[in-house]
Amino acid sequence: MSPVLAGVLQLLALIVALGLSYRPLGDYMAKVYSSEKHYKPEKWIYKAIGANANTEMRWPAYLRGVLAFSAVSVLFLYLLQRVQGSLPGSLGFVSIDPDQAFNTAASFVANTNWQSYYGEQAMGHVVQTGGLAVQNFVSAAVGMAVAVALVRGFARSRTGELGNFWSDLVRGTVRILLPISVIGALVLVACGAIQNFAGIHEVGQFMGGAQQWNGGAVASQEVIKELGTNGGGYFNANSAHPFENPNPLSNLFEIYLILVIPFALTRTFGRMVGSIKQGYAILGTMATIWVVFTGLMMWTEFAHNGPAFDLAGGAMEGKETRFGIGGSSLFAVATTLTSTGAVNSFHSSYTGFGGGITMLGMQLGEIAPGGVGSGLYGMLIMAVIAVFIAGLMVGRTPEYLGKKIGTREIKFAACYILITPALVLCFTAVAMALDTPSNSMTNSGAHGFSEILYAYTSGANNNGSAFAGLNADTQWFNSTIGIAMLLGRFLPMVFVLALAGSLAEQTPVPETAGTLRTEKPLFTGLLVGTIMIITGLTYFPALALGPLAEGLAA
Amino acid sequence: MNNSAANTGRVLWAGLRALLVLTVITGVLYPLAVTGIAQVAFPGKANGSEVKVDGKVVGSELIGQTYNLPLKEGEETAAPDLKWFQPRPSNGLGSNSVNTQYSIILSGATNRSGDNEDLITWVKDAKAAVIKDNSVNGYTVKPSDVPADAVTSSGSGLDPHISPEYAKLQVHRIAEKNNLDVKPVEKLVADHTDDRILGFIGEPRVNVLQLNIALKELTKG
Repeated sequence: MSPVLAGVLQLLALIVALGLSYRPLGDYMAKVYSSEKHYKPEKWIYKAIGANANTEMRWPAYLRGVLAFSAVSVLFLYLLQRVQGSLPGSLGFVSIDPDQAFNTAASFVANTNWQSYYGEQAMGHVVQTGGLAVQNFVSAAVGMAVAVALVRGFARSRTGELGNFWSDLVRGTVRILLPISVIGALVLVACGAIQNFAGIHEVGQFMGGAQQWNGGAVASQEVIKELGTNGGGYFNANSAHPFENPNPLSNLFEIYLILVIPFALTRTFGRMVGSIKQGYAILGTMATIWVVFTGLMMWTEFAHNGPAFDLAGGAMEGKETRFGIGGSSLFAVATTLTSTGAVNSFHSSYTGFGGGITMLGMQLGEIAPGGVGSGLYGMLIMAVIAVFIAGLMVGRTPEYLGKKIGTREIKFAACYILITPALVLCFTAVAMALDTPSNSMTNSGAHGFSEILYAYTSGANNNGSAFAGLNADTQWFNSTIGIAMLLGRFLPMVFVLALAGSLAEQTPVPETAGTLRTEKPLFTGLLVGTIMIITGLTYFPALALGPLAEGLAA
Repeated sequence: MNNSAANTGRVLWAGLRALLVLTVITGVLYPLAVTGIAQVAFPGKANGSEVKVDGKVVGSELIGQTYNLPLKEGEETAAPDLKWFQPRPSNGLGSNSVNTQYSIILSGATNRSGDNEDLITWVKDAKAAVIKDNSVNGYTVKPSDVPADAVTSSGSGLDPHISPEYAKLQVHRIAEKNNLDVKPVEKLVADHTDDRILGFIGEPRVNVLQLNIALKELTKG
């Protein structure tokens, strides 16, 4: 069998696996977020939190919960790293410097998991397992909570109430993420991922001498790293490290974990707004972009244009033998079209166009299928924009799911789509204009520019992957990327919740013959077009200077 | 104003308590439970898939090693011991520079782009070396015979595998250096080639450590 055919079959296998879990998982999540019943352990948790899980919150209250929880999380994670040197179970690792500790705290709370540190030489068991892994769960649960709040905004009328943040946070964690993680972690261990609390120890070698390894709770962190679209690796090499991703089967399983919740959430959305078909239209948009991007990535990586790759006879630089081009391309697209940022191969050594595809994937706003929760709300914002554009074309007040998209709503949506590009392009421009940031580049020319464009694209979109030649452990990059990650995560949430509140207050308008049918394939087409045009117009000039220039020269 | 400050304080306090409770669940109970089950159900794998020969650990099935001659005086990098099957290059591997208490190997890639001069040089040099080392009496390696994995570094720098093509290319050299016939060495490679899982997942590959262990057996016998 040719590697190309094997790659395509792996894509098909993924589609089948995702298809099989779509209905049960989507319906289950809808039930989790709609159920009135609290389980006993959950009641204990609410008691410990001191919050009444039955209080309905309007959007400002919901937002306060999100921001307060996240602010406390940043502070806690920052302090944990700052005192690491004095904590037991830290393997003798020292405390992290302030700028890097801020960057890492912001990164993990913002579901980005950008890493300017090297896992195996910086973080001990306590910070990894008790700090970083915890944010892998809760930052994902926060994303899902905000998405569900927006869905409730569409589903509810004449109220303004969006649910209870604490209840959504806790349920997302213990009813959805935790059970899947327990099973998934054991699958990964069965494949060969390590799971122990051994310290740093020496292991004999074939030729004599010894290697030094870390032990660690790797499998349990790896699974939520993918499932919660986080992406922060236990080791520096992330999912390319054999202890994180030991064989081709674990590789396919990890890609599945990345995609399973974001896709299934469209079913949850359909259920909660009372029309499964509306969910299918959104799913269709996400799946179309994902499949096309994967196809393009495989094409450019198998074609391996570029001087070094031509010489080598294949684009295997930065890729593992067991995954090959196919398994690496699949992972690279899945990780950048979601907010994951885990890597099983190093994007900086992809072909020029291949690197461009990873960047464009993030720049679309990570909505195909996107991060857990953030993918759904990002896509729904794009749907609001698409409906608005369609409304302008026929001169009708646009409606979506029975809600009028008026001045107020479109303002919130417009602010949402402006934030990330503004952060990416402004920070990139400033970094390029200053003298010192470019000292961090490993590569020169177009690819050097791409390293910096990639860094801010990844940070502001909460992805976390990198053109890792860039030495990002400088005060400049630690600080600015840290700020980009926080603003890129939480400002959009403000507008999502404001939009949700505004929608929930409305009285639904009855559907008429003139209503745009948003559950039809025509709308899926319109939505794909809207996304590509908006992103294309925003980022094309920057992409032309980086990956396009490199790809065309090759 | 007072009211709003008190309100903010209350929400922050709730946030902190929520974080602590969830830390206990997802940061303590969950990893301990998974570790407990993993250590009982898959002790070998959970602890790094160590490979033993005659009761002595010689490495992990999953982590690549080098098969070099001892470092000679005046050399910066050790020369490969051509008696053994050679792994992929690992120009991206680093060594611990932060915490000098340990000499942990730092996993990583080169992150060089396709038009990077360093990478072009590395690939050129690696290709020349592969051709030179493996062209032995009666067997000449052509540049087009050299597979991509033989001249490129992996993502982790710890790739335990090489492609079957690269293993086959080394067979004649291995046979000559170890005074073996070509046939049994070819069989060794064939026996240690892992196919794609279920016929389509991943790529065919040869585990270099396992192959060299088997080679050692063969030279003994």
